[in-house]
Amino acid sequence: MSLTRRELLAIGASAIAAASAGPAFAAADFIEGFTEGADVGEGGVTITAPEIAENGNTVPIGVEAAGAVAIAVYADGNPVPNVAVFKFGALNPNQSATTRIRLARSQNVVAVAQMADGSYTMAQAAVKVTIGGCGG
Amino acid sequence: MISRRDFLQVGMAAAAMVGGSGFGNWARLAAQQRLSQDDLLQFDTFGNVSLIHVTDIHAQMKPIYFREPSVNLGVGSNKGAVPHLTGADFRKFYGIADGSPSHYALSSGDFAALAQGYGRVGGLDRVATVINAIRADRPDALLLDGGDTWHGSYTCYHSQGQDMVNVMNALRPDAMTFHWEFTLGSDRVHEILDDLPFAALGQNVFDKEWDEPAEYFPPYTMFERGGTKIAVIGQAFPYMPIANPGWMFPEYSFGLRQENLAAMVEEVRSEGAECVVLLSHNGFDVDKKMASVVPGIDVILSGHTHDALPEPVVVGQTIILPSGSNGKFVTRCDLDIRDGRMMGYRTKLIPIFSDVIAPDPEVAALIDAQRAPHEDALREVIGKTDSTLYRRGNFNGTWDDLICEALLNERDAQIALSPGVRWGPSMIPGQEITREDIWNVTSMTYPNAYRTEFTGEFLHVVLEDVADNIFNPDPFFQQGGDMVRTGGLGYRIDVSKPQGERITDMTLLATGEKIDPAKSYVVAGWASVNEGTEGPPIWDVVESHIRKQGTVSVADNNSVIIEGA
Repeated sequence: MSLTRRELLAIGASAIAAASAGPAFAAADFIEGFTEGADVGEGGVTITAPEIAENGNTVPIGVEAAGAVAIAVYADGNPVPNVAVFKFGALNPNQSATTRIRLARSQNVVAVAQMADGSYTMAQAAVKVTIGGCGG
Repeated sequence: MISRRDFLQVGMAAAAMVGGSGFGNWARLAAQQRLSQDDLLQFDTFGNVSLIHVTDIHAQMKPIYFREPSVNLGVGSNKGAVPHLTGADFRKFYGIADGSPSHYALSSGDFAALAQGYGRVGGLDRVATVINAIRADRPDALLLDGGDTWHGSYTCYHSQGQDMVNVMNALRPDAMTFHWEFTLGSDRVHEILDDLPFAALGQNVFDKEWDEPAEYFPPYTMFERGGTKIAVIGQAFPYMPIANPGWMFPEYSFGLRQENLAAMVEEVRSEGAECVVLLSHNGFDVDKKMASVVPGIDVILSGHTHDALPEPVVVGQTIILPSGSNGKFVTRCDLDIRDGRMMGYRTKLIPIFSDVIAPDPEVAALIDAQRAPHEDALREVIGKTDSTLYRRGNFNGTWDDLICEALLNERDAQIALSPGVRWGPSMIPGQEITREDIWNVTSMTYPNAYRTEFTGEFLHVVLEDVADNIFNPDPFFQQGGDMVRTGGLGYRIDVSKPQGERITDMTLLATGEKIDPAKSYVVAGWASVNEGTEGPPIWDVVESHIRKQGTVSVADNNSVIIEGA
């Protein structure tokens, strides 16, 4: 009966495939700078974001990674993909942050968490930016 | 080989539930060529709880004709699954005899001929009779309204939804959720809600500024019925500010918010709910996915996509019941709730054959009172139709073909765009077209028929964008609705391709030339979500066009070539 938010997101998560060949992430260089080239695992990071943005100019997102010392956020389809790095000290009661970001077009939002043991882990969420349609 | 019906039984046994529907009656009745109110209402009361679901009435208080779609494509895992079966395929799947009442009520094919025989459907006075009959069996039955109620007619527009509020209040709903209601503007919605005698639910309606649950829209209500506790959680249309003009309800943010929904399910369970009902305006495929990612929901009463299915679709432990549109159906769902869970169900989708079900006199009088100040305007005959006029279909319908033709002629445009909404009753050949009929397919609070120039490239972007809202293989990216209708423009669409690659061969029909991405074209359309859109209201454009035609006749539309389905 009980399902954590993380499991829920994992089931519901989907990603927008990269449009062309090449690096998996347009933000790869920035991610590599953040991780200093270390391997990046998956899981342990939650991104909360709308499936379809109500307004691409201000998209509410949240990131959470229990035990992280820092979480970096990237908008993988923006001209400048590195959005923010949230740092957490020992006195932070939890390791989560919310903000609003601008998305130039439909793309994946990527979060990379640096854990206390120096390892890195990541997650991504697809957010669609649409010009709007007509409901039923 | 296992039949579909056997398979359903297996599925139910595995879920330790017993299920049944009143559906088996229909073929027999058809064979006997008779149909009575008692037959339509016949139901062996079951369990200890009854739910009554109406949805997407779109302000249709009087009986109307309503043709179901013949093109309703499913994509991804929903390809070929209900409700994406139409016409003969739909009838074969459910074992419905050709020409039977169920054929006419639930599927397309021979519509005009069957409409002559079976007559109009819907009418809230008939709906009242059905609700009263269910309440006679089960006095504490819950009546739940899935929304799209205060929108869609001449009288609704001129009373800012008050006509529907008055009539629905007489039916005494227990809870409601929302979509087009918000296009009345949030001030008007608040004004109505301040006096609404039942719960206005929306777990996904949030205050935009603070991203907190909105005060006017509690997430759920608990009901004590049949010796048990039932939680009804509301799910408003998730893509409100995207599909409709966000500037009309700037305080609100929506979204699927499945994390919050899961939290609400846990909350109501911890408060002792033995049965959890989601009153949803998600659309059918979205509800199917929602049932698979949010556990603990027993029943989803599904609205928005206007689908009507004679049996519930079962996803895991959740049954999903879509109840059609325009007042054409009422769903009755009896539940056996015991020992903290749903042990079984019995459901019936009751088609409202208006010539078979007697109108409730009190509600009939109330409807007449709402219409009285407008009767002359409503009844004025504008023209006549030689063709069946209908809207439903993924790419076009004859009503929209006629509206596009009106836009091209009246606004002197090369290309016309008409929104892919699914509301709006049908008309049969030989009917006179009244002003009311025109408003039934055009009424809205942002009706301005704009005239502007689009480049070929932008037209392509628009078509691709709308196509992805319908044919994205992930239901959570689907907004419901159908493809934007085009007049003067033909194209080829491969629904299996990703966004940006679906639409090809865009052609200006007047000359047969290919659309040039760099060239500008004069485009007329309506229902723009942009604030400050200028132009005459679409109903005036259509009325003027029909008046000039006298009798309208709409030819087959072959300008969209479909692939990948």
